[in-house]
Amino acid sequence: MRTAGPTHRFPAMGEHAIEAVGLHRSYRSRTGWLRPQRREVHAVAGVDLAVGHGELFGLLGPNGAGKTTTIKLLNTLLVPTGGEARICGFDVVRQTREVRRRIGYVFGGDRGLYDRLSARDNLRYFAELYGVPGREQKRRIAELFELVRLTGRQDDRVEGYSRGMRQRLHIARGLLHRPRVLFLDEPSIGVDPVAARELRQTVADLAATGTTVLLTTHYMAEADELCGRIAVIAGGRIQALGTPAELRHHADGRRVLEVEAYGVTDGQVAAIRARPGVREVSLAVHGAAQVLGVQSDAGVDVQANVLRELGGVRLGRVTARQPTLEDAYVAIVNRAAEPAAVAGRMPA
Amino acid sequence: MIAVGALLHVKQLSRSPFEIAIALFVPVVQATLAVYLFRAGGEPDRLLEAAVGAGLMGVWSTVLFGSGGAIQNQRWQGTLEMIMLAPRSPALVLLPVTLATGITGTYAMLATLAWGRLLYGIPLDFAHPVAFPVAVAGCIAGLGMFGLLLASGFVLLRHANALANMLEYPIWLVSGMLVPVTALPGWTGPVAAVLPTTWGARAVHEAASGGPVWPALAVCLAISLACLAAGWALMTYVERRARVTATLALA
Ligand SMILES: Nc1ncnc2c1ncn2[C@@H]1O[C@H](COP(=O)(O)OP(=O)(O)OP(=O)(O)O)[C@@H](O)[C@H]1O
Ligand SMILES: [Mg+2]
Repeated sequence: MRTAGPTHRFPAMGEHAIEAVGLHRSYRSRTGWLRPQRREVHAVAGVDLAVGHGELFGLLGPNGAGKTTTIKLLNTLLVPTGGEARICGFDVVRQTREVRRRIGYVFGGDRGLYDRLSARDNLRYFAELYGVPGREQKRRIAELFELVRLTGRQDDRVEGYSRGMRQRLHIARGLLHRPRVLFLDEPSIGVDPVAARELRQTVADLAATGTTVLLTTHYMAEADELCGRIAVIAGGRIQALGTPAELRHHADGRRVLEVEAYGVTDGQVAAIRARPGVREVSLAVHGAAQVLGVQSDAGVDVQANVLRELGGVRLGRVTARQPTLEDAYVAIVNRAAEPAAVAGRMPA
Repeated sequence: MIAVGALLHVKQLSRSPFEIAIALFVPVVQATLAVYLFRAGGEPDRLLEAAVGAGLMGVWSTVLFGSGGAIQNQRWQGTLEMIMLAPRSPALVLLPVTLATGITGTYAMLATLAWGRLLYGIPLDFAHPVAFPVAVAGCIAGLGMFGLLLASGFVLLRHANALANMLEYPIWLVSGMLVPVTALPGWTGPVAAVLPTTWGARAVHEAASGGPVWPALAVCLAISLACLAAGWALMTYVERRARVTATLALA
């Protein structure tokens, strides 16, 4: 779904809920006080997107990939340094107010609320800001408390709320003015599994009723379950875009070997990575154990080699399986990291 | 919207233990300072005037620290981005914040008077008992609007507190809240004449100790409205700048 460069013409107004062409944003930062050094970070370096009305679209990528920056460019909090974007046909730079009326923005974490006010007062204030008519406010706020299951706690001060409750209040706040497009930046961060499941249900319901949702997350399962389409972004560029099933093809022709181990060293990981047929190696910690994941070409049996490299390390279960969306994601991101590391030093 | 906004911001402010401590402590210090200054000057009959002046100082420092502090706080809380995201003129979004600080400032004024009465037995017989509250209200509205002009600077500058500190003393000195303007060097005259605080202070002084209240109050409000207009325009520009330079968030 890549479109041409900045000369590309937009399709008819309103055909897409979110459109971006050649979106670019760099940050200038100064380091040092006496001898200031200018540094320029290209956080978003040419992103093209077209998200249809009612679509649930996922934005995945490693830390610092430019996900939050992309969202802030689309929701008018930042002005792009290049390219353009429209929400429901309105330009994010010139028609800011029209855009703001139609969007909601929810970010993860516990900031962004008035802690010393009650949840109800928080919503009342934002309802005023968004111009929700006085008659409707009460009904709408009650409705939203019901939706995010905070009824009964709505008059407590937010400072006494748990992470998950704040997150739900955030979502209620984002929905006050019935936005057409909702931006969710890591909404499930720090939320327990049960609450996260409820949250996914809420998001899915919203999309089902026609709200367009742009979601970022670090949880693959969440993206897999919710999103109709996913864009993987790294180094400020979209590296892959498609349905979860399409993205899984990036790991086609591979197999994954998972080894439970205790005390694998970095040197051993490097040695395994250098073995013929091995594509990706990852090492995760699960409780006391490490889980070594080795992606390899399907035609090559690397198990014997891997186990030889791990000689002397206490091992647990060894399993071979088909690749998942997460494996595909790792493959895409790692592939992007190699040439980008070189190209990054020579700004285009 | 402005009323509800200001009310909720007062609620948010007044529940901060830090603000409460400051609000309790500062007026006492100011009342004491005023009383000793004037006693040393050998003008014991002008004690009420001194107390009112000290009270205005309280209003002024709350507005200054308030607009600076509130905006900085909102930046920390992550609410600055959220309120700037509303489909409203950015000035309209921030006006309730500066008005709220003006309102908590009223409290500073009344508290200073109360402490002056309690600790030093300053008699509270106002020359214009009716005009006094009106002048105070007008003065606070004026400070709220002036605060908006200052607040536009605060949105742009990450180190908003430094600016607030820098401005506090020169402005209350120049606007004659405590020291009569005539006692300051000549060059401060024109500066004082354009600050709404000068006229607000004069209106409140005159309401307390006799004199024409309404002209001074009218000038104060007129200048404040001009500040509001300027603040409005500047805020629109500043919001745009902040989106270019990414200074709305702390990140
Ligand atoms: N206000 C800022 N000033 C300077 N640089 C910034 C600013 N905000 C972000 N950056 C830089 O831009 C890049 C992209 O950051 P961004 O927050 O968009 O990443 P992200 O994909 O949201 O990451 P994460 O998964 O950690 O949330 C990073 O290199 C970051 O350091
Ligand atoms: Mg982010």
